[in-house]
Amino acid sequence: MRERNNIFGNIDFPLTGLYLLLVVLGWLNIYAAVYNQDYNSIFDITQSYGKQLIWIISSLFLGLLILLTDSRFFSTFAYLIYGFMIVLLLVVLGIGTEISGSKSWFQIGGFSIQPAEFAKFATCLAIAKFFSSQHLNLSLTKNKIIPLILMAIPSGLILLQNDTGSALVYGSFILVLYRMGLSGNFLLAGLLVVFIAISTLMAGTLFVVFLILGLAGLLLFFMKRNRKNIMSLIGLVILGIALTYSVEVGVEKMLGDHQKARINVLLGKTLDLKGAGYNVNQSKIAIGSGGFFGKGYLNGTQTKYNFVPEQSTDFIFCTVGEEWGFLGSTVVVALFILLLLRIVIVAERQRSDFSRVYGYGVASILFFHFMINIGMTIGLVPVIGIPLPFFSYGGSSLWAFTILLFIFIKQDVNRNALL
Amino acid sequence: MAQKSNVSRAQTVIAIFIVIGAIYIIRLFYIQVIDDSYTLSANNNVLRYVTQYPARGLVYDRNGKLLVYNEAVYDLMVLPAQVKEIDTAEFCHLLQISVEGFRERLNKAKKYSRYKPSLFEKQISKETYGYLEEKMYRYKGFFVQPRTLRKYPKAIGAHLFGYVGEVTQGIIDKNPYYKSGDYIGVSGIEKAYEEELRGIKGLKIKMVDVHNREVGSFNEGKHDTASIAGQDLYLSIDGDLQEYGEKLMAGKMGSVVAIEPSTGEILAFISSPAYDPNLLVGRVRGKNFKLLSEDSVKPLLNRAMAGTYPPGSTFKMVNDLIGLQEGLLTLDTRYTCQGKGSSPIRCTHDHQSPLDVYVAINQSCNPFHWQVFKSFINNSGHGSIRDNYVSWRNHVMSLGFGKKLGTDLQFELSGNVPSAETFDKIYGKGHWNSMTIRSLSIGQGEILVTPLQLANYAVTMANRGTYIAPHVVKTIGTSQSEKRVFATSVSTIDKKHFEIAIEGMRQVATLGTARWSQIEGVTMAGKTGTAENPHGDDHSLYMAFAPAENPKIAIAVVIENAGFGSTWALPIASLMMEKYITGTIKRPAVEEKMMTSKLY
Ligand SMILES: [Zn+2]
Repeated sequence: MRERNNIFGNIDFPLTGLYLLLVVLGWLNIYAAVYNQDYNSIFDITQSYGKQLIWIISSLFLGLLILLTDSRFFSTFAYLIYGFMIVLLLVVLGIGTEISGSKSWFQIGGFSIQPAEFAKFATCLAIAKFFSSQHLNLSLTKNKIIPLILMAIPSGLILLQNDTGSALVYGSFILVLYRMGLSGNFLLAGLLVVFIAISTLMAGTLFVVFLILGLAGLLLFFMKRNRKNIMSLIGLVILGIALTYSVEVGVEKMLGDHQKARINVLLGKTLDLKGAGYNVNQSKIAIGSGGFFGKGYLNGTQTKYNFVPEQSTDFIFCTVGEEWGFLGSTVVVALFILLLLRIVIVAERQRSDFSRVYGYGVASILFFHFMINIGMTIGLVPVIGIPLPFFSYGGSSLWAFTILLFIFIKQDVNRNALL
Repeated sequence: MAQKSNVSRAQTVIAIFIVIGAIYIIRLFYIQVIDDSYTLSANNNVLRYVTQYPARGLVYDRNGKLLVYNEAVYDLMVLPAQVKEIDTAEFCHLLQISVEGFRERLNKAKKYSRYKPSLFEKQISKETYGYLEEKMYRYKGFFVQPRTLRKYPKAIGAHLFGYVGEVTQGIIDKNPYYKSGDYIGVSGIEKAYEEELRGIKGLKIKMVDVHNREVGSFNEGKHDTASIAGQDLYLSIDGDLQEYGEKLMAGKMGSVVAIEPSTGEILAFISSPAYDPNLLVGRVRGKNFKLLSEDSVKPLLNRAMAGTYPPGSTFKMVNDLIGLQEGLLTLDTRYTCQGKGSSPIRCTHDHQSPLDVYVAINQSCNPFHWQVFKSFINNSGHGSIRDNYVSWRNHVMSLGFGKKLGTDLQFELSGNVPSAETFDKIYGKGHWNSMTIRSLSIGQGEILVTPLQLANYAVTMANRGTYIAPHVVKTIGTSQSEKRVFATSVSTIDKKHFEIAIEGMRQVATLGTARWSQIEGVTMAGKTGTAENPHGDDHSLYMAFAPAENPKIAIAVVIENAGFGSTWALPIASLMMEKYITGTIKRPAVEEKMMTSKLY
């Protein structure tokens, strides 16, 4: 009894509160997105909103189960869980069922389970376990490579399942690595590559080359002009220009027409509203038509009448935007940011490296999902089909995100326990 | 690792989260609050404005027989923005159009607007729509709009009804009620009673889903307006008489107009050659209109109101009436006639001489009427010859000549009673006199009348000097609605003088040219005319009313280039009157001859 009181007394209420709020909001929006007058009870389990309620209740049980589990269980068996998930990913490649182009599902009775969703927390555990090893010397190249391999294995297997979106999620661990001491230059370089690539595609090669030269000139004027700085500046300029040209060549030569079309649509160069741009356009229309206050709950027309594709899963944010307007959208965005900030704050107060690294892993994964999912609905990010955590319809993803978060909450509950 | 550096790294991560969150909120503000084009697109996605076309009013004859009704057809509309990959071959096959035709139409629609519906294929028959309807869900971006087309159970009354066409840009610019694709009456009563017949369009705003299925009304139909059906017209036309007259006129160029004298209600309104009004309906209209307009016998010309003819001898009573009114002619007046040797106008008949006004009418004596006319122009005491002529013309026009009668139909011509100014222009002021314009005494020369005016002249005779503007619509809405009121005109001639002219006209039927065309048991009062015209053979004319003592019908018949009035116009008119008054025809041989003779 004492221990149980201890658990619930130490639970981080902002985290669990935000979790519950997002899950319930998600459920209400799924109801609105697929609202069907013939089945208008939100508890009707023949409809996705009824099913989602079952997923929510079972998730709460899962969460409770995790809270009641010994916190050392997860750090002790981290590699085992990771290994088990890798095996599952291999098995699903062999005997999995293909659903909408991705061979990543286990079909059990009427339910489908996607191991890729669960591989996220497993990888998170493995990386946390790795960084929590005593006497870890991060200056060794070997020790920089191993976490990358831990990320790459599930990512590669998921890529083989033809689920690009979920594979990309593992790239988000770069934030964990950064926090654990990876040079900030990597983060910066990553941002620069993305910036140069996008601006090349949008504004053209020449423009970007001149932009790089211009920026270099400005830097040259303001920085300390010693030999080392000048040399690295020249190196950066050459790299930048080379990247600019390779982006151009890459798009022209390497990409198929389909991908090129998608990129052009994203960049606003073409307005193909029926082909590649259809989803994004309809999604922007749904959100944009919400106005400041929204059309009101269940009054959305764009999502209800199926103009928005995947409106209960990947494009669930459209329902928020259309029915709750700018006000509601801002609240949801703010809730996610608050959740992320809370995770970082809670992670920073951990005494064990395992818990802290795990916490950063949770934040990275949730952030990536949030950024890509909402970004694509408002036309800022290419359409990559990954769910909005806690919001999107789907058992696997809700379970997986719940497990991901509750392991962290459990670690936090026990933060004062002896290591 | 230094603790300080770790804290700053945590802050960097937090900063990244906040920056992305801020960018997204700014972006949301832009697309949701600032840029309203998304709202517009959303409405275009989901709202479909469907015009509710009212059914045009029906048209009944004076006995409640249906003459014009509506048939349902469907306009296939397209919303280019919603058109997706469809089975073009199947679609084209159903519509019986070519694939090129399909593309052309779609491109034209796109050019007009991607988000507004435009007409893809008009007036699809009920049968074709039957096939199409089952498959509509597969053709995203397409939907149908019910319309109605005119249908005429009997192929009669083409010139009377006129036809309905699509509005032109000129009409749309002038009248905001009309939108592209609307129908409008172009001629006949369809034009004259357009506002009553068309009804009022309604608008339904419907919501559609992505599959182009209607999923309900917008805002529970708060913005919808129902269409209001057009009002029915109850005509004065007698459908059976009209049909009978058209049969009699088959193969003849000209016109028959019959009017009920006491009311001015037009009983029959025939222009020949006619055409089946069903030809100018719907998709075949364009093609048929071209064929009809190129036909040398001008079937599109409404000769009853837009054909003008010299009245010839039918006009002689006018001079008599004016002479009687001004006291220049009395029952005691006698003039001599030298028959064919008469000067300046010879007579075409052999008869007693000297003769009085009755004989002059029933024998249609030219010299007598020339004398009457001359005495008026030279000595009627209104002043100069020119003043006398002006006075003569006023009398003539008071009988409904040389002016529009104020009928409810469109495109009525006024005919011609030349003004003094016209003669001044032709001959010079002061250089013309009764001799110069002597042809007017026998209804020749510059004077021109329409068959409608000629019939109205018979009406005025029957009414002893008054007429109500001839019209075809009795009531609007129901047969019991309030009768439409038309102006009554009173001529300058006293009632008693008409009795003399009418007696002359009765004698035409008993002693004169009409004696071979009498109706058993019914007394006609009428006058034939054989009008010379510069364009060919004489026109055959007859105007009459019957029964003489209690007129039920007044009629005018004009047959172009057919010769004597008594040969063609008179028998046709007498058959019409016999049919209308007695209901049967007791002269089948005459009827047979009239119906089968082809004169052009
Ligand atoms: Zn004579």
